[in-house]
Amino acid sequence: MAMTDTDTATPQMEISDEVAIEIRNMNKWYGTFHVLRDIDLTVHRGERIVICGPSGSGKSTLIRCINALEEHQRGSIVVDGTPLSSDLKNIDKIRSEVGMCFQHFNLFPHLTILENCTLAPIWVRKIPKREAEKTAMYFLEKVKIPDQANKYPGQLSGGQQQRVAIARSLCMRPRIMLFDEPTSALDPEMIKEVLDTMIQLAEEGMTMLCVTHEMGFARQVANRVIFMDDGQIVEQNEPEAFFKSPRNERTRLFLSQILGH
Amino acid sequence: MSDTHAESVAFVRESVIPPAPPPAKEAGAIRWMRENLFATWFNAILTLVALYLIWVLLSGVVPWIVNGTWQGSSLAECREILQGNGGGCFAVLRERWPQLLFGFQYPDYLRWRPVLAFFLLFVAVPPALFVMFLPRWTLIVTAIYPFLAYWLIWGGTILTPLFAALGVVAGYLAFSFTERRGFVLGLAAGVVTALAVWWIGGLLAGEFSRFLRLEAVVSRAMGGFMLNLVLGIVCVSLSLPIGILLALGRQSSLPVVKGFCVVFIEFVRGVPLITLLFVANVVLAFFLPPDANFDLILRVIIMITLFASAYIAEVIRGGLAALPKGQYEAADSLGLDYAQAMRLIILPQALKISIPGIVNVAVGLFKDTTLVSVISMFDLVGMIRGPILASTAWAGIYWELWAAACLMFFVVCYGISQYSQWLERQLQTDHR
Amino acid sequence: MTTLSDPPHADGFRLSLLVRDKRYRSYTFQAIALIALFVFFGWLASNAIRNPVLQQAGIDFGFLADPAGYDINQQPIPYTSQSSHLRASFIGAINTLIVAFLACVTATVFGVFAGVLRLSNNWIVGKLMALYVEMFRNIPVLIWILIIFTISANVLPQPSAFRGDDPEASPILGVAALTNRGFYLPRPYFTNGIGAVPDDVPADGGAPVAQEVASIANWLIVLAVFAASFLAVRGVNAWATKRQNATGRRPSTFWTNLGLWFVPIILTLLILGLRWEVPELRGFNFQGGILARNSLIALWFALSIYTGAFIAENVRAGILAISRGQTEAAAALGLRPGRVMSLVVLPQALRIIIPPLISQYLNITKNTSLAIAVGYMDLTGTLGGITLNQTGRALECVLLLMAFYLVFSLVISAVMNAYNASVALKER
Repeated sequence: MAMTDTDTATPQMEISDEVAIEIRNMNKWYGTFHVLRDIDLTVHRGERIVICGPSGSGKSTLIRCINALEEHQRGSIVVDGTPLSSDLKNIDKIRSEVGMCFQHFNLFPHLTILENCTLAPIWVRKIPKREAEKTAMYFLEKVKIPDQANKYPGQLSGGQQQRVAIARSLCMRPRIMLFDEPTSALDPEMIKEVLDTMIQLAEEGMTMLCVTHEMGFARQVANRVIFMDDGQIVEQNEPEAFFKSPRNERTRLFLSQILGH
Repeated sequence: MSDTHAESVAFVRESVIPPAPPPAKEAGAIRWMRENLFATWFNAILTLVALYLIWVLLSGVVPWIVNGTWQGSSLAECREILQGNGGGCFAVLRERWPQLLFGFQYPDYLRWRPVLAFFLLFVAVPPALFVMFLPRWTLIVTAIYPFLAYWLIWGGTILTPLFAALGVVAGYLAFSFTERRGFVLGLAAGVVTALAVWWIGGLLAGEFSRFLRLEAVVSRAMGGFMLNLVLGIVCVSLSLPIGILLALGRQSSLPVVKGFCVVFIEFVRGVPLITLLFVANVVLAFFLPPDANFDLILRVIIMITLFASAYIAEVIRGGLAALPKGQYEAADSLGLDYAQAMRLIILPQALKISIPGIVNVAVGLFKDTTLVSVISMFDLVGMIRGPILASTAWAGIYWELWAAACLMFFVVCYGISQYSQWLERQLQTDHR
Repeated sequence: MTTLSDPPHADGFRLSLLVRDKRYRSYTFQAIALIALFVFFGWLASNAIRNPVLQQAGIDFGFLADPAGYDINQQPIPYTSQSSHLRASFIGAINTLIVAFLACVTATVFGVFAGVLRLSNNWIVGKLMALYVEMFRNIPVLIWILIIFTISANVLPQPSAFRGDDPEASPILGVAALTNRGFYLPRPYFTNGIGAVPDDVPADGGAPVAQEVASIANWLIVLAVFAASFLAVRGVNAWATKRQNATGRRPSTFWTNLGLWFVPIILTLLILGLRWEVPELRGFNFQGGILARNSLIALWFALSIYTGAFIAENVRAGILAISRGQTEAAAALGLRPGRVMSLVVLPQALRIIIPPLISQYLNITKNTSLAIAVGYMDLTGTLGGITLNQTGRALECVLLLMAFYLVFSLVISAVMNAYNASVALKER
């Protein structure tokens, strides 16, 4: 899928033919409840996808499956050529390629910001501490909070914490980033600073999958918007077309509710 | 209300009203008394009852202490000195003080050793208690202390505790060098190294048993308050790691591990400590190698440690459950494995939450060490009930001895629980 | 392409998958754990088999049927030294339950009083209660038991002190004598009930079994009437609530309830012919009545006052946990202080207080085993004490002893879990 629309603010970026994530016929149940039904999704390197949908539609579960935080029961997920199987080696490989940001940041409160960022590089990537700290400072500067490096998460505002969480993921040098409602636990005035960081990341060509309700962000950054309902992908399209002329009735209803006021 | 409002909504204050003192009768001690002691007639009655109670208590205790005597070598002499003035016969404490502290079998010319160990405790413990205020290297003192204290109290060649410590250090070094290749491998390397060092140390200590030797004291000779302290400190320290493992096991997704931990914890928590002490006294020996020499104090330490570890496991389980699920997920998503996630992320936080609970268990356990007097060990309570009250000189004296025992336990337990509350306050304001 | 539901790798099963693959990993670890457990318990068992003492004696519970040959000074049911060890243990178990029940009741009373008073805005009472709590929590319960036992054995007068025209001591209200052997209390019995005994012949300790059964039956009748009163009061309250829902006015039920509580029970006792057998001084000792040995009294009182201190803290914490906001919200709705307490604060506080309260009851039950220190013949004193020493059957006795406490604890835990579950349901 190539970008054609140049009217929007979407920055022009290369999307290669290389496949980053390939999901085929994936199904998941919680007990007897069918949360994800026959999900098919191909993400190319450099693509930025926004997933939206009503709560309980399975969008968070979908991206948590990609990071093996949840186990799917049927179908296949291949990330960067590595199949997600029960082999822990594959799971570890995928997790070190894929970064994840959570709704509630999930920073480690007993570690400083810097330690939060260097922990995984030191213990998982086996990088020397000094080098890991250098990388961490580089990314903290990128998210514009290098001066907070020696504070604890509890001393930072929500927006700052979420930016630290992004930096923490980036320190693992992931090739794909997953965002699980990164702004929905934030006060309105802090949403923008997090979105700015995400936009910056998108402009640098990171492959991104975002579950979010920030439709402005979707318009500006995404090259594909996916609407999910009842555990299924109901509609996907380029943002312009998606917002202008949704084809499915359920999509229309959802968009009217979310954009209506 | 005011005219300004009646005329218009807009209002601008142009002068500042200075703060005024409250009406005179609302201040001072009388007000305090009226509010805190005589607010209602019911409250007034309560106050009078409380004052009466305090009067009764004081009128009994004060003359007993003030008129008490520290002279005399038997109850009869004491009574002669007191002439029935209601004073206490504290002479028994003066005369039997060493027995209350060390029991009646610890050689008196060696008492300086446990005393020294006791005072070193005040050097060794602060680094662990005030870890947030003191530099980290001071923890080395804490780490050395158990081995030094063992040498001082039990005696023997210094090689025994030295190699025990060396084994721990070597094991840790082996662990941290191989850990990067995997936690299990590192653990195995650490254990093997430690065992090797201990084995060599055992041989050497046997060979050079006169090297830097302190006169050995058998476990049976331990007694008095020292026995309570030794049992309390040793068992709490040993039960912490076991409790952590049990708590993790109970949270585990492996049914066999989880099942074992649940059964163990519920079993131990379901029976009184006394029955476990009976096990140590009369049953445990059946299940140990017939030729091995496990003396009673060691068997008691084993059972009390198991007892305490079950309770500590439950406290830590509470701490683990209190952590938000997001912490586990964040650790997972960063690619940390189970051992790393537990050691770096989960346990540091869970243990911090659990500290007050652990301290409570420790205080409870320390109080429970008095139960060993039931299986005829001579701890503080055992000394009072046994040798002292049975002696011809002091038979019939109760209040002074029990008051001393109460005071000793109270000082230690109250101190620990106050520390725990202080720590709780510190942790509340800490980084969060 | 591999999926979770695929069969194992097509290129064959490799040994490393046992540790690496999520599907096999848990089995591998559990197998290792099982082997380790088997080895450990096998080692214990092999030691036991090689143990000379056990080899000779074996494991045999037959000793329970043998005559015990020792006396028990506090017998709730008939027992002689010719009775079996089993019966002795049974009496011990009953004695355990008696003192546990008594101590639970009084500890709750002490605890609630002290907990509430500690929160009172009366400064001196608050401090006094804090002193009580700290003093008892920080000193071992064994010391308290021994102190109270010592007091009751040495400070209270001997029975002979009640003798003579001008005795040094006199029974309280003329019916209950507190002596250094224990408390002599009046014993209730029935003159008109089932298997009634004529008024002038008080039943003595050696009553035949039929009479024992009859006496129990009479008490069951009393209990049944009490239960009926309870149900009736609940019915009245339900009716009042219904009326309140229908008309908006709650009818006053105070006097009805008071009557329902007391009138039936008093009538029943009158009909059954309740009499009190008062202990009398004969010679140098009291005869008749009930003797609560001072070992029982010491254990009961010490456990109550010690555990009361812990319960006080639970109560205080429970009340403090209800935020000020709740009280203020209820007051803002116009509820009077009494209603605020009964409708808003207490229901929430009880939910917090009851689980730790039950675990305190468990602690009391386990701590009754300290009876052995003062010679009260509870289960630890009979089965774990004299029986064990006489028969030398250490393993069997300790196993039975643990089993008893374990079953009791598990039952109480089950009750507690059921309660927690019911509370959790209401939360939704």
